Amino acid sequence: MSAGATSAEFRANSRAALADANLQAALRGSRGGFVQKRAKARAALPEFDALRDEATALKNHTLAHLDHYLEAFEAQVVASGGQVHWAETAADARAAVLEICDRVGARTVTKGKSMISEECGINEALTAANITPVETDLGEYIIQLRGETPSHIIAPAVHVTVPEIETAFRAAHAGLDPARDLSRPEAMLKEARAVLREAYFAADVGITGANMLVAETGQTVIVTNEGNGDLTQSLPRVHIVIASIEKVVPTLEDAATLLRVLARSATGQEMSVYTTFSRGPRRAEDLDGPDEFHVILLDNGRSALLGTEFEDMLRCIRCGACMNHCPVYQAVGGHAYGWVYPGPIGAVLTPALTGVEQGGALANASTFCGRCEAVCPVRIPLPRMMRSWREKEFEKRLTPRGMRRGLGLWLWLSRRPKAWRFATRTAARVLHRMGRGSGALKRLPFGADWTATRDFPAPEGRTFMEQWKAMKR
Amino acid sequence: MAGPRVALFVTCLVDLLRPSVGFASVKLLAEAGCDVDVPEAQTCCGQPNWNAGDRAGAAEMARRVIETFEPYDHVVLPSGSCAATIVKDYPAMFAPEDPWRARAEALAERTHEITSFLADVMGVAPARRALRASVTYHDSCSGLRSLGIAEQPRRLLAAIGGLELREMQDADVCCGFGGTFCVKYPEVSGAMAADKTECIAATGADLVLAGDLGCLMNMAGKARREGRAFKARHVVEVLAGTTHVPPIGDSK
Ligand code: SF4
Repeated sequence: MSAGATSAEFRANSRAALADANLQAALRGSRGGFVQKRAKARAALPEFDALRDEATALKNHTLAHLDHYLEAFEAQVVASGGQVHWAETAADARAAVLEICDRVGARTVTKGKSMISEECGINEALTAANITPVETDLGEYIIQLRGETPSHIIAPAVHVTVPEIETAFRAAHAGLDPARDLSRPEAMLKEARAVLREAYFAADVGITGANMLVAETGQTVIVTNEGNGDLTQSLPRVHIVIASIEKVVPTLEDAATLLRVLARSATGQEMSVYTTFSRGPRRAEDLDGPDEFHVILLDNGRSALLGTEFEDMLRCIRCGACMNHCPVYQAVGGHAYGWVYPGPIGAVLTPALTGVEQGGALANASTFCGRCEAVCPVRIPLPRMMRSWREKEFEKRLTPRGMRRGLGLWLWLSRRPKAWRFATRTAARVLHRMGRGSGALKRLPFGADWTATRDFPAPEGRTFMEQWKAMKR
Repeated sequence: MAGPRVALFVTCLVDLLRPSVGFASVKLLAEAGCDVDVPEAQTCCGQPNWNAGDRAGAAEMARRVIETFEPYDHVVLPSGSCAATIVKDYPAMFAPEDPWRARAEALAERTHEITSFLADVMGVAPARRALRASVTYHDSCSGLRSLGIAEQPRRLLAAIGGLELREMQDADVCCGFGGTFCVKYPEVSGAMAADKTECIAATGADLVLAGDLGCLMNMAGKARREGRAFKARHVVEVLAGTTHVPPIGDSK
C-alpha cells in the first residue's frame, strides 16, 4: 500500500520536521537513550558480535531455502489445526483479513503492534468495513488516537511529547472525570489499561504481527514489553497473525539465536518482557486460546528481491537499531520518510516495495556514515544498498539533471589534468578573493544550499599542485 | 637505505581549498623517512560519482587513479574518506574476471590514510613538537568505520607536548557533510552540523581536529556562522607543526 506515500518529498518533509518544535523536543528527549542501552547490553555479552554472525548466517541460510521453510511452516500450522493464507500483495492480505472478520461477524478487532499491518493498511480497510480496530500497544494506541502512523518501528509514538499524549487522552476519554490528574506517565498508563481492558473483552478477532515464524513447529513468535499481545491473541475467538514471508526461521533453536540479538539491539534488554509462542487454535485440554488460528503470509514484492543485490535486506529482524543510530533519522524523525518504514531500513525497503521513483529520495537521505551497518544485528550493508538504489536512479535517469551534469563535468575534467589544473587554479583564486581577507564566504555562487546554514571557508588562494610544481622547478 | 617510495594523493579538496594540509602531509612523510612524490596526473578519486550511482564514471576515474599510482610502494591520502574509496570501493567497481579487479585490489592493499600510515605502517616515533592548546578530535565516518581509524590520530597527538585532548560527546557521530548530501538535503545537513558544533563547544577546546577536509569545512563553516569560539584544523597541521597558517575558514 504505497498510496499516500510522500517519500519522494523527503526534502520538504524534512524541512517541516526541523521546524516542528514539538517533534524536535520529542526527538531530543529520546535521542541517545537507545544508543546507550544497546552499547551497555553489547558490553555485557562478550559473544554478542559472534551471535550477530550466527544470526546473519542463519538468515542467509533460510533465505536460500525460503520456499522449503515456508512450506514446512505451513504444514505445521495446518497440522496444529490452523490455516495459512498466502497473500501476494497488500490487497490480498486486506481481503483475507476482511473475509475472516466478515465470516465471524466481527465488530471490534484488537491489534498487537504490527508493521505489516501498517504496510497493508489493515486499519483503514477494517474501518471502511465498519469494523473498529483498537490498537493495544500503548504507543500504537496513542498514535491511533492522534490519527497518525508510527514514526519508529519499535517505538511508534517516539515523536509525541508527554503533554501531547495528555491532550489526546482527554479528548478521547471524554467520559472520565475532567479534573483527574494525568500529569505523570503512570497515570496515563493506568487510564489506557482501563480503556483497553474493555476492548479486549469486546473483541471478536485479535490481530498480531510476528517477529518470527518457526518452520519446525508452526509457531508464531511475538515479543512485547506490555503483554498486550498476549491478551490480543488469547481473548478473542479468532487470532489472525499477519507476517511477511522472510520472518520464517528453521528451528526453535534459531529463534532463540535471533531473540538473543533482537532485544539487545532494539532496547538494550536481554529479552523483552514477554516472548510469546503461539501454535494453532485452542485444544480440548487448553484452558484458553482462540477457536481459530490464521496466519496470513505476505510477499508484497519481497520474493522478487531474492537473488538480487537487495536480498540482504530480507535478513532484517526489525529491531530499529539502524534508526536509533542514524543521525538523519534523529534529526527529522520517522514521518519525514513518508511511508511505513523510516530510517536506514526504510531507505532501502521503500524503493524496493514502492518503486525507486517514489523511494529513491530516501536512498539519498544518507551521508553514508555507516553507523547503521555497524550496529545492525544481522549485518545488513545498508549504505551499500542505498548506493545500489542510487545506481538504479542513475540508470533510469532519475538523478536530478543538475547533479547529472555536474557529475559529467567532473568526470570530463578528471580525465584532463591540464584542464582540471586550470579550473581548480581559477576557482581557488576567485573564491579566495571573494572571501575578502576574512577567510570565509557568507554566500557562495552556485552553492546557496551550503551557505544557507553555514559559511564557506575560503580557499587559501593557490592550489597545492601549482605551488608544488613551482617548488620542484 | 632509502625509504619506501610513497605517492601523496592530495585529494581534490585539499588541492583546491587547503594546500597547507598537503604540505604538512609531505613534511610528515619525509620525516618518517619516505621518499615522497606527488604524481602530476592526479585529479579526483571518483567518490562523488560512485556515491551518486554513476558506476561507469566512477570506474573510469578509478582506472586513471590505478594507472597513476600503481608504480609506488604506497599511496597515502590526508583523507579517510578518499582512502576508503580506493581501499573498499575500487575493488567493488570491477567484476571478478575483469583484469582491473586484480589491479584495484593490489592498489587497495598499498593505500593508506595518513595517520594510520604513520602510526601503523611506518611505526616511527613522531618528531618532538609542542603546541599549547586544548583540542578535540572528530572521527570522520569513513575513516572510522571503513578503515578503523580512531586510535592512530590520538596516539600521534599524544606525542605533542603541551597538547590536551578533550574528548567530545558523540565524537563518532556524523557531522552532516556527507559529500553531495550537504547540498541535496542542506537543512538536515545543517541541523547535524549544529549538533556537532554544540558537542565541540561543550568541551571548551580551542581546536577541533579531524582527518577529512570535507567534514572540517562543514564544521568550521557552521561554527563561524554561529560565532563559536573554537577553530578547526586538519590533524596533520598539528602533527607537522604548521599551525602558523590561519585555521580553516579564518584569516588570522
Ligand atoms: S536493518 Fe538491521 S538494524 Fe535496521 S531494523 Fe533491520 S535488523 Fe535492525
